[in-house]
This record gives sequence, structure tokens and C-alpha cells, in this order.
Amino acid sequence: MPDRAMHDGAVPDGVAPVKTQRVRVAARMPMGHVRAPAYLRGKVGTIERPLGAFPDPERLAYGQPAPDRALYRVRFSMAELWGDSAEAPTDTVDAELYDTWLERLD
Amino acid sequence: MTNTPSFDGRRWHDMGGSKAGPILDETHDFALWEKRVDALMVLCSGKGHFTVDGLRRALEDMGEAAYDEMSYYERWIAAISQNLIEAGVITQSELANRMAEVAVRGDSYGEASRA
Amino acid sequence: MPHDHHDHDHLSPSGHPYRSDDDVPLTYWQQMEIALRELLIEKGVTTPEEIARQIDAMDARSPANGAALVARAWTDPAFKERLLQDASAASRDMGFDIGPLRLIAVENTAQVHNVIVCTLCSCYPRNLLGLPPDWYKSRAYRSRTVKEPRKVLSEFGLTLPDETTVRVHDSTADMRYIVLPARPKGTDGWDPDRLAELVTRDSMVGTGLPRTPA
Repeated sequence: MPDRAMHDGAVPDGVAPVKTQRVRVAARMPMGHVRAPAYLRGKVGTIERPLGAFPDPERLAYGQPAPDRALYRVRFSMAELWGDSAEAPTDTVDAELYDTWLERLD
Repeated sequence: MTNTPSFDGRRWHDMGGSKAGPILDETHDFALWEKRVDALMVLCSGKGHFTVDGLRRALEDMGEAAYDEMSYYERWIAAISQNLIEAGVITQSELANRMAEVAVRGDSYGEASRA
Repeated sequence: MPHDHHDHDHLSPSGHPYRSDDDVPLTYWQQMEIALRELLIEKGVTTPEEIARQIDAMDARSPANGAALVARAWTDPAFKERLLQDASAASRDMGFDIGPLRLIAVENTAQVHNVIVCTLCSCYPRNLLGLPPDWYKSRAYRSRTVKEPRKVLSEFGLTLPDETTVRVHDSTADMRYIVLPARPKGTDGWDPDRLAELVTRDSMVGTGLPRTPA
């Protein structure tokens, strides 16, 4: 696989969220290749850990120059994702999301 | 009056949270041709001809029927070919001509493939 | 009569015979694989030897690699810490060539049970554990595990107490995951090789638990 450069916490916009901060996933529905699953869009979670920076997959997928974007593991409660349908409200889903999809709430 | 379906934006491959049936205990060992597809994916992406992201995008763009009707490595060889054509490593005519030639070599994989 | 110079008519590393390519008449997609491979060799992109070496390298990867990591983590607290901090580095320390794979190990405890899924495709720590099982790539697993993991696990024969928290990890980007299962009781004094035999593939994906001593 092509090696992917990693820079510690590089965030182009300068204000990196840190562990436990709350973030909301953007609710947009773009065409094309994205790696933010629909079931997470618009949902609120907390940063579980920053992962460093990687080339933007939404651009790599089309052979375009791909700037590095900061990647985070974000934790969501089942209650947040599924409401009353959740088996156990405090079970969690952790997913990796790029900063382009995250809005800081704190 | 036409019925316009609402586009909620979710694409077919984006399966998290969708309703689905029981999980079947499916496992199989891979045939040699499937291992060759896997090898070509690793080697060609390692050599920079495409990325795993390009592969995924091609797989997604194939649509849901492909997922239901084709096996995993059938979809992969299609996605690899698509990416290599886009990269200019091969052309569609080259591939089509060679496939036609392969098709008449024999009735089985063993007969049709050379060392 | 042309034949593949690299004889694959023996047992694969899993102990099963290779699935026969000649089960069915030559398919369109098999034709494509043959054609593509030949063109790439003729164009100098790769060679038959390189392809065969890659197949062998992939065949050599299996859950036994992950089991070795787990067994060492169970017996060596410093290694366990390293595994949880940087599982890629820990894998390399044990001599596994996982390439550029970025690995995260998540630990099962009395309070927490982890399970891994890729809802968007089929991402799996293949460079460590080998190729994923078909069920991992299925619509049912990819759809349901993030919404009803306990029901999914019960279909695998695993029921978790209410007091346990289930954490599902959706492999959406560049990380790959391995579950570090809890060490079974009754294994005091066991050496890593013996412990590794208890570690199943499913226990490292989170859909099962390690075997218990007989």
C-alpha cells in the first residue's frame, strides 16, 4: 500500500480538538467518495484520541492531489445514535473521522 | 403527478445501521485466481498506480447489484482494471482484446492461464 | 500443455485444499484476471515471481500472528503496554512485517468488550491476521454490528452481561483494529506458546472469546 505521511496533530485551521471535547459530525450529504458514514452525520460525540494527519481520501479516490487532514477517533453513545432503539444506551461506537467533518462544540 | 423519491444522501455501500438478516457463518478458502487478484491489488497499489481509496470509489460506483451478484474478488478485479485504465497503465481495448484471446484458449481456468 | 509453474495443488497454510479454480467453466472475471496479469507482466509492471512471492507472503499471514501478540501481552506487562500504546510497533518488535498498516489494539476487561467492523467496506488488519472471513464482509455484519452489537454477538454464541459495556469500532479511515481478549482463568503459569493456542481469530475481532482450558 502507498505509505501515508503522518504529522502529529497537524490541523490546517489551527484549533485542534483534544481528547474528551465534544464535536458534531456535519450533516451534509455530498456526492462521491466519503468516509464519514451516514449513520454518524449530524450526531454529537467526544474525541477519543487524535490520530495524526493523512492525505484526504475524498481526493485520493479521484487521483487528485490530496492535502493532509487531521484524523480523530470520535466516540458516540448508542443512545445518541439510535435513541430508544439502542440495546444499551451507554454502549458506544468509535469511528475515525477527518476534521473536515467535525465541528467543535466546546 | 410524478412521485419524486427523496434523496436522503445515503449510498448503497454505506450500510451502518441498516436492517439486515442473520449473519451466516460463511468462510471459504480462496482459489488461486482470487489470490492472484489480491496480489495484483497489493502490488499495483504499492507501485503507486492507484490507491486503496480509488479502489473503494470504483467498488462503490459499481452499484448495489454488483455487490449482490458478484463475488468479492470478481468485484475487485473489475475495480483494479478500472483504476489501471484510469491511470493509463492499460487501455480498455488492450484488456478487451486479451480477454477475447484468453476466452478461446480452453474451458477451464487451468487451460486458459499460462505460467 | 501450459500449466502454472508454481505448484499450488497442495494444502494451503490453513490446512484446507485450495479451492479449485476449475470448479466451474472459465468465467468472465477469471478471463479478466488472466488477461490483466499477462498484460501487466508484458508491460514490465510486475513479474510472475513477484506475484507468486506476494501470494506466499499473504498466505503466511494468519490469526496465529495475532495470537502470538496476545499471548505475549498476557505474560509480559511491559509488552502489553507497548501493544496498547502502539500496536504497529509492537507487531514489528515481534518480527511481523505488517507494512504501512496502522494498528490499534483495544483491550477487553471485566467491564468492557470490544468488537470490530467496517461498515463502509471490509477494512481488516489483513497484514497481521491474514484475509478476513466472508461473514465480516457481509451485508448483515456491516449493517447490524454498529446498531445491535449484543444481538449480533448472541448469534455468534456470545452473550454479555448487562454490566459489561460494549464498544464497537468502525474502521472508517486509516486505522486497523485488533481486540486484545481477556486472559482465560485457569491458565496460571502457562507459557506464551500454550496460551496462544487458546486465542481464536474471532476473539481478536470481538465476535468470540478465547478458548478455556479443557
